[in-house]
Amino acid sequence: MPTYTVTINRQQRNIEADADTPLLWVLRDELQLVGTKFGCGIAQCGACTVHVNGSAVRSCSFPISAIGESKVTTIEGLSENGDHPVQQAWLEHDVAQCGYCQAGQIMSAAALLAQNANPDDAAINNAMSGNICRCGTYGRIKSAIKTAAKS
Amino acid sequence: MNSATGNLANKIKTSLGRRRFLQASAAAGGGLMINFSWGVAPTGAGDAAAGMVPDQPFELNAYLLIASSGEITAMVPNPEFGQNLITSMPMILAEELDADWQSITAKQANYDARAYERQFTGGSQSIRRAWQSLRMAGASARHMLIQAAAQQWQVPAGEIIAKNSTLTHTKSDKQSSYGAMAAAASQMPTPDEVSLKDKSSFELIGKSRHNQEGQKIVTGQPLFGIDYQAEGMKIAMIEHPPAFGQTVESANLDEIKKMPGIVDAFIFESISPEQQKNYFDTNAFPRLIAIVGEKTWQVMKAKKALKPQWKNLPSRTETMNVFGREVSVTTPGGLENTTDHRKKMDRALASKLDTLREDGDVKSAFDSAETVIERTYHAPYLAHNTLEPMNFFAQINGDGVHVAGPLQAPVFIQDTLASRLSIAKEKVHIEFTRMGGGFGRRAYSHYLVEAAVIAKQVKAPVKLIYSREDDMTMGIYRPSYTVRIKAALDKDKKLVAYQVKGVGLSEHCVHENRFPAGAVDNYLAEAKAIDSNITTGAFRAPRSNFMASAEQSFLDELAEAAGVDPIDFRLALLDRAKNNPVGDNNDYDPARYAGVLKLVREKSGWDAMPGTTHKGVAAYFCHNSYAAQVITVKQGEGEPKVDKVYSALDCGIVVNKDSAINMVEGAVIDGIGNALFGEMTFTDGVPDKKNFDRYRIIRINEIPDNIDVHFVENSIDPTGLGEPPFPPVFPALANALYQLLGERQYLQPYAKRHQAS
Repeated sequence: MPTYTVTINRQQRNIEADADTPLLWVLRDELQLVGTKFGCGIAQCGACTVHVNGSAVRSCSFPISAIGESKVTTIEGLSENGDHPVQQAWLEHDVAQCGYCQAGQIMSAAALLAQNANPDDAAINNAMSGNICRCGTYGRIKSAIKTAAKS
Repeated sequence: MNSATGNLANKIKTSLGRRRFLQASAAAGGGLMINFSWGVAPTGAGDAAAGMVPDQPFELNAYLLIASSGEITAMVPNPEFGQNLITSMPMILAEELDADWQSITAKQANYDARAYERQFTGGSQSIRRAWQSLRMAGASARHMLIQAAAQQWQVPAGEIIAKNSTLTHTKSDKQSSYGAMAAAASQMPTPDEVSLKDKSSFELIGKSRHNQEGQKIVTGQPLFGIDYQAEGMKIAMIEHPPAFGQTVESANLDEIKKMPGIVDAFIFESISPEQQKNYFDTNAFPRLIAIVGEKTWQVMKAKKALKPQWKNLPSRTETMNVFGREVSVTTPGGLENTTDHRKKMDRALASKLDTLREDGDVKSAFDSAETVIERTYHAPYLAHNTLEPMNFFAQINGDGVHVAGPLQAPVFIQDTLASRLSIAKEKVHIEFTRMGGGFGRRAYSHYLVEAAVIAKQVKAPVKLIYSREDDMTMGIYRPSYTVRIKAALDKDKKLVAYQVKGVGLSEHCVHENRFPAGAVDNYLAEAKAIDSNITTGAFRAPRSNFMASAEQSFLDELAEAAGVDPIDFRLALLDRAKNNPVGDNNDYDPARYAGVLKLVREKSGWDAMPGTTHKGVAAYFCHNSYAAQVITVKQGEGEPKVDKVYSALDCGIVVNKDSAINMVEGAVIDGIGNALFGEMTFTDGVPDKKNFDRYRIIRINEIPDNIDVHFVENSIDPTGLGEPPFPPVFPALANALYQLLGERQYLQPYAKRHQAS
């Protein structure tokens, strides 16, 4: 089984995994970083969204062999104290219902705001339409992104 | 203003119907609850979890623990799946306890039928049914704190004020925090009767409080069943036949067992054929292939390498225990198709159905009517698609079993699991995790039994995980229905006869005593269920979720035929039902029904909307609450787009306002999504959609620009909110789409026929 050295949440980790193992299962099974969620396995729901070099990536469809020197950030590493502006805005708007999709939503939103500090509705729709929320909290997600953009 | 007795009313006997709650607390009273359910965060008691545990918590009753530090732990008995019980239940406790909200920490309780009642999440009844228990638990604890202070200070209890987690006796200048008095309070006898607050003096209930688990959610803490970890735990997955009507015959298990990381592979029965089935044991695939391994990806790869043989099942009849009643259930053989389903339902509608209710003389009324309108509405199967796929953890411990994960109905599955493992019911320990959605699906927790049987076979703790494809193709769908409604108007355009006929696979959706029953002189309700081997079950507002769209779309057509505004048309019928009801078995309150219509009319500015606005209205009563929706639509790019939604609800007292608004907003979006896109179809028994690439779920770019939520303010005890706002979304949308497109919507999903080709 090949070994990979991966930078996850600013820490270097050595991982032994089959080359085709999706990053999602490396995070969840090898590193116990279970904040990143399994939803569909085919990059259609966004529950597994993480940052790879700052971009939103669906970790369920990203093989560990493609990781190279990339830096990975998960919901656990988005902020030191759980106080990233997007996380704070999510709390302010009480976005979550069941909460299962929200880590992926937050990671998509944080990647969007890192690239576009003041997104309009079209930009939000574009960046967030890959993330399903089965409870229907989309309206609050939009509001929270706008609040986070202001801070 | 807030004295010990000044705001209290409704003295109630705590022992009435609450004996278990009091006995449980009396037995444990005073004990240091070291072994209570602490540290049950899914990864075990980590530092984060330990930090939440108050020091020296004294149990005042099964719902409330107060530490000497003043930290209060509010136990939440019902499973959480996004309705935010984890916050609203503690709010009710804190209200009656007069506790400082900042000192409250919510904890999900485990399943404990001795300590709690109805630990079932479903039917929009968690708050409704726990309301009195929670108030009583809060008031009893408050009473015990006051009694302890009275004894310690040697002053009359009636002179002690309990407020904001502080006990004060002004005359003697004595004061104590709840925390400092907790140990003494836990030694007090539980009261025989307590007084509950007058509702007008509520200070917390009706306000908004942030989600108790918000911080954990936004930082990705392990809250969910799928996050559960345990020492030596293996990962299990199952493979089921691709088609309904099939079972497992054999598979290349020896090959699979040799694959890297695979511990075992075998065929098993989750429910043995001779076992008594309970209502929620509905399951098309009790015989399955299990693959168990060290890592999820290795198991997924082994699953892909399976070469199973399937065989078709013959027709069979078995008995099921439906809430104590033995019911015979026939499961036909054969591989079913959606096109055949439609024909079957049409044929059934043309045959003799069961009469559920008849008022007046329907036949004569139709024969002599000026205008007769008849319409047929069709609903597809729907998959629940909770975003967290089905999963459960199981560990056999000697003669018992510990299971942990997402489920809605522990009371039923405990029986099933005990029977399947041949162990005592008391030896089944069920731990609740937060659920990544439920919508009814997790009332059917066969996956829990599967996990336990697999754990027993491999002699190791096991976490069973479904793939999305497993989740979407294993059944328990919202049933497919067809409803035909016929109405007669007289020469004055008054509704004089109404006939509803409903059929469905494997249940119908007619509620014979609901509106417009009671508002029409001549009324007939008929229905019949059609057997199918495609398993169906509860889906957010069962039956109502389709009946509302048929009935309320139909009423819109009637209003148009009568030349009356659709809200006025409904109000006139409700007026009739209120003042001069037909029959005496109508299960709704016409005044509350009319109330939500009037509120939505006012808040939406219905009467003042420009003629160019394409608007639709609907109102529905289900799960003890009333909901009305007004929806406006406009033409989008290729597909119609929902513009604005106005919601009016009467669910009695609202506990956590913002959380309730969130739930209604979610129900509106869920309703729009399912109305426009939701559909599962079958070809030769095989579900045509297996994942989100083909099963369309509403996305962020498709939501309304605005959802405006309003509640009727009253002092009725809470009547439920999870389901009621959902059903009327479908017809309000259908009626608005008619205004935009000039075509009535008889077939769901509505978007299917409006997609740009």
